[in-house]
Amino acid sequence: MNENKKIKLFINNKPIEVEEGTTILQAAQKMDIEIPTLCYHSLLEPYAACRVCVVERKMGEKVDLATSCNTEVKEGMEVFTDSEKAVNARKMNIELLMARAPAAEPVQEIAQKMGIEKTPFEIKDPTEKCILCGLCVRCCEEVVQANAIGFVDRGLEREVSPPFGEPSEDCIGCTACAFFCPTEAITYEDLHERKIIHEEMDLGPSKAIRVPLRQAVPMVPFVDEESCIHFKTGGCQLCEKVCEKEAVNHEAEEKEIELDVGTVILASGFKTFDSKRIPPYNYGRLDNIISGLEFERMVNASGPTGGEIRMTNGEKPQSVGLVHCVGSRDENYNQYCSRVCCMYSLKFAHLIAENTDADIYDFYIDMRCFGKGYEEFYHRLLEEGTKFIRGRVSEITDIPLSEKEEGKLIIRVEDTLMDTVRRVPVDMVVLATGLEPNEDQTELARMFNITTSQDGFFLERHPKLAPVSTASDGVFLAGACQGPKDIPDTVGQAGAAASEALALADKGTFELEPITAEIDEEVCAGCQLCIGLCPYTAISYDKEKGVSVVEEALCKGCGTCVSACPSGASQQKHFRDQQIMAEIEGIFIE
Amino acid sequence: MGNQSFDPRLVGFLCNWCSYTGADLAGTSRMTYAPNLRIIRVMCSGRVDPQFILKAFKEGADGVLVSGCHPGDCHYQEGNYKALRRHRLLSNMLEQMGIEKERFRLEWVSAAEGAKFQKVCNEFTEQIRKLGPLNMNGGKNEQTEA
Amino acid sequence: MSKQKPKVAFYWCSSCGGCEESIVDLAEDILKVTDAVDIVFWPVALDFKRKDVEAMEDNSIDVSFINGAVRLSEQQEMVELLRKKSKMVVAHGSCAHMGGIPGLGNFWNKETIFHRAYHTTPSTDNPDGTVPLEKTKVDGKELSLPRFFDTVRSLDQVIDVDYYLPGCAPPRDIIMNAVQAILKGELPPKGSVLSPNKSLCDDCDRNDSKPEKLAISEIKRPWEVELDPEKCFLAQGVLCMGPATRTGCGERCIEANMPCRGCFGPTDQVYDQGAKFLSSIASILDTDDEKEIEKIVNTIVDPAGTFYRFSLPASTLRRKKMEAIK
Repeated sequence: MNENKKIKLFINNKPIEVEEGTTILQAAQKMDIEIPTLCYHSLLEPYAACRVCVVERKMGEKVDLATSCNTEVKEGMEVFTDSEKAVNARKMNIELLMARAPAAEPVQEIAQKMGIEKTPFEIKDPTEKCILCGLCVRCCEEVVQANAIGFVDRGLEREVSPPFGEPSEDCIGCTACAFFCPTEAITYEDLHERKIIHEEMDLGPSKAIRVPLRQAVPMVPFVDEESCIHFKTGGCQLCEKVCEKEAVNHEAEEKEIELDVGTVILASGFKTFDSKRIPPYNYGRLDNIISGLEFERMVNASGPTGGEIRMTNGEKPQSVGLVHCVGSRDENYNQYCSRVCCMYSLKFAHLIAENTDADIYDFYIDMRCFGKGYEEFYHRLLEEGTKFIRGRVSEITDIPLSEKEEGKLIIRVEDTLMDTVRRVPVDMVVLATGLEPNEDQTELARMFNITTSQDGFFLERHPKLAPVSTASDGVFLAGACQGPKDIPDTVGQAGAAASEALALADKGTFELEPITAEIDEEVCAGCQLCIGLCPYTAISYDKEKGVSVVEEALCKGCGTCVSACPSGASQQKHFRDQQIMAEIEGIFIE
Repeated sequence: MGNQSFDPRLVGFLCNWCSYTGADLAGTSRMTYAPNLRIIRVMCSGRVDPQFILKAFKEGADGVLVSGCHPGDCHYQEGNYKALRRHRLLSNMLEQMGIEKERFRLEWVSAAEGAKFQKVCNEFTEQIRKLGPLNMNGGKNEQTEA
Repeated sequence: MSKQKPKVAFYWCSSCGGCEESIVDLAEDILKVTDAVDIVFWPVALDFKRKDVEAMEDNSIDVSFINGAVRLSEQQEMVELLRKKSKMVVAHGSCAHMGGIPGLGNFWNKETIFHRAYHTTPSTDNPDGTVPLEKTKVDGKELSLPRFFDTVRSLDQVIDVDYYLPGCAPPRDIIMNAVQAILKGELPPKGSVLSPNKSLCDDCDRNDSKPEKLAISEIKRPWEVELDPEKCFLAQGVLCMGPATRTGCGERCIEANMPCRGCFGPTDQVYDQGAKFLSSIASILDTDDEKEIEKIVNTIVDPAGTFYRFSLPASTLRRKKMEAIK
């Protein structure tokens, strides 16, 4: 191919030089000359179906009309996009399309621009939208490669349809045809019932290639194999085509990467409490009861509602209840305080006040505003008019006892300040869901030979003296995997863990605990019973000497081999038999 | 049999990573429990040599506790399994020596289980109190008359 | 007699007599011994009486070789007497060293042993229910028998012992080496066991047949398997106390295709031979499953008797708790 071969031509008497193989339409677009078209799409092969892009061309003596979308430029060609001949032809084509698809808006727009008011031709169906541009058929064939739809019949009867007019088995439901359709002649129906806002994950199909979240690091998109057309049909790969940096690679596979490292920082985070575990709260059963994270998503400007606080019916709530300590400070679920919920609930209260005119009720046990500026924020909320009610919510129900509770969510709570049980009807409830250890926390703990504390979070070596270290040398902790904590605390701890890890890595050497086992060559008979007992393969048999030998660098000092040594040749430094025997004797000295 | 005035003397061999830390937790959590158990720290329950158990009984222990990490949680991967195997065999042998199996107890107490440690201590003390003193003197009293 | 020959005494307590045999088994070497020493007391072979010993001056005997455990008051009196008269006392054989086979009596007491021996053994014919009594009156005269202790003791639990000759019975080499060392005055520190301080595996030809990781999933008794004469017994699932037993015996049992039973006792570093061996065996069981562990462990029918076959009185606990004997 002569990719670099340049061709010189004139469009509307202006010269331009383009690469060979360029179409007239593309050349014109480069010069910002607008040629109307309905069936052209830069990602699909040109098809010249609508014939709206027709232009007049002159090659030497020969003058004729050509569809600019699929006509390649030639050296010395002269193109006139708005010549009388071209415009007349275009007009005629538009009038024909207006007759064929009177309801197609893009046709009407072009007609309007061209000053056509009415089509002189007979209108068959005033509701018809399809202009038979073939974008849908082409995209299904070229991009999706499902070949689920095609043209049937001919002439006036021509239409787009799946084979035999029945739902096609080849259709993968990607809705790409609807996406490409310029006239909304193709629509799709969602047969599943879907909540509008709250079940955030169900808000509709995500894009198959997307950035996971705004704060993602690294901030790059990924291809979701579950929804990507390419992984269903082998086709599409449009994203690969449009990415100028050629950064998209559908062939890339998930890889397990093995790294040899000297230190590890565990920052595996937490999971949020599943409020469905508290049946009286009716989370997941009743509408408009949402978790803290769901609210956070909703109120996010890039969220599904663009930051608007909405109920499932799309309306703004008139009253909102914030329920604290969901899954926290509760012996039935987690005894500990999750530490972040009070403050995020206060933030929610503030955001709700900012966004809506709703009455805000905040149900709390204790207000734990322990951080810098936190108490001040709480006072600000008090001034903003949030109604704070002290007491643990016992139930959230939709069963009304009075007319004013009709159609509301009723929060039942013992108001411990007023010493009375209250029923507070609200439109929406936000549950301050607590933090829990991840499901695989124990598994991970075993992998790294560390332990978890009673609450299930990773246990630090010492709460004060070694708060980011663990029982395993070189393994450090950061963030909520060690216990619930907010972002400032997490950042602080992460810094500490990083510097601990760096200090260790920087030194390049590490100190062994002086508690390793040693085998007395004079006594060892080389029976080798100890060798199989060592989980670190620190013991080997010296055939020449006929004795077993401990490799000190490998020995971690558990002493299992020592107590198994039948001849007492193996001893653990600082935990010698003699020393322990003396301890036992010491215990009984009255 | 046992009476309430009898204060059992118990020896506990606790592994450094789980049970000793668990005992520490019981302490720092200010849990109260029977003060009868005297603790000897070892790095791993796998370090506990049956010789130590016998020695403890000989020196006057009325009961001996070995406590390590839960199975699968051993800081040294599998030391606690060695402790388990030894405990079962030694229990059989102790019974032959006239020492009730209940006097030699193996428990898994994790670093998080301060409360369990408390419970084990109380239970064990009570159990041994009921069993009464062991008085394992190896026949020495009898010989002095000869 | 230009130079006085060293005076030597031999005595036996609770033993089978095998150790006395071991002296005789020195064969022609015994002549060298008798040439070199003057035997002043040897009840098995020569007619000396207790009063002869009593008549000797204190510390006049150079070495007393005493075999057998201490079971009777008479034995206690005699060893105490010999200790007084001797410069050096050598515990000769497993029984004196650790209590030996008679020491297994410590699973019982006098009452139960007498009951068994004089009442319930199938061969007993004792319609009057006669049992030995320490004092009996016959024709107005009082006859006495030594007292039978409830507990068997090793020699060093009764008197101070200078050296130990291990083995049931001690092999020739060990005895000859000891005698020569004594004659030459080239003795190790007091309290030593006169045999190398390593376990039997050190000398065992089968040691190289051990697999890289020795693990036992089934314990068999020697009669239950056809024993491979080349392969480590433990690797065949048969309990061999070799790893927990001092070497020097010449592997007589191993060569006869029988596992070591531990008569030489433990090495110096070990406090309790049985417990130590128990620990090793339990450690190499090939399962982490509680039920499976119990299953294997329960196939060892008599762990105490097996692990303390020769050393119960010298073990940490010495005997079964008296109150527990029914």
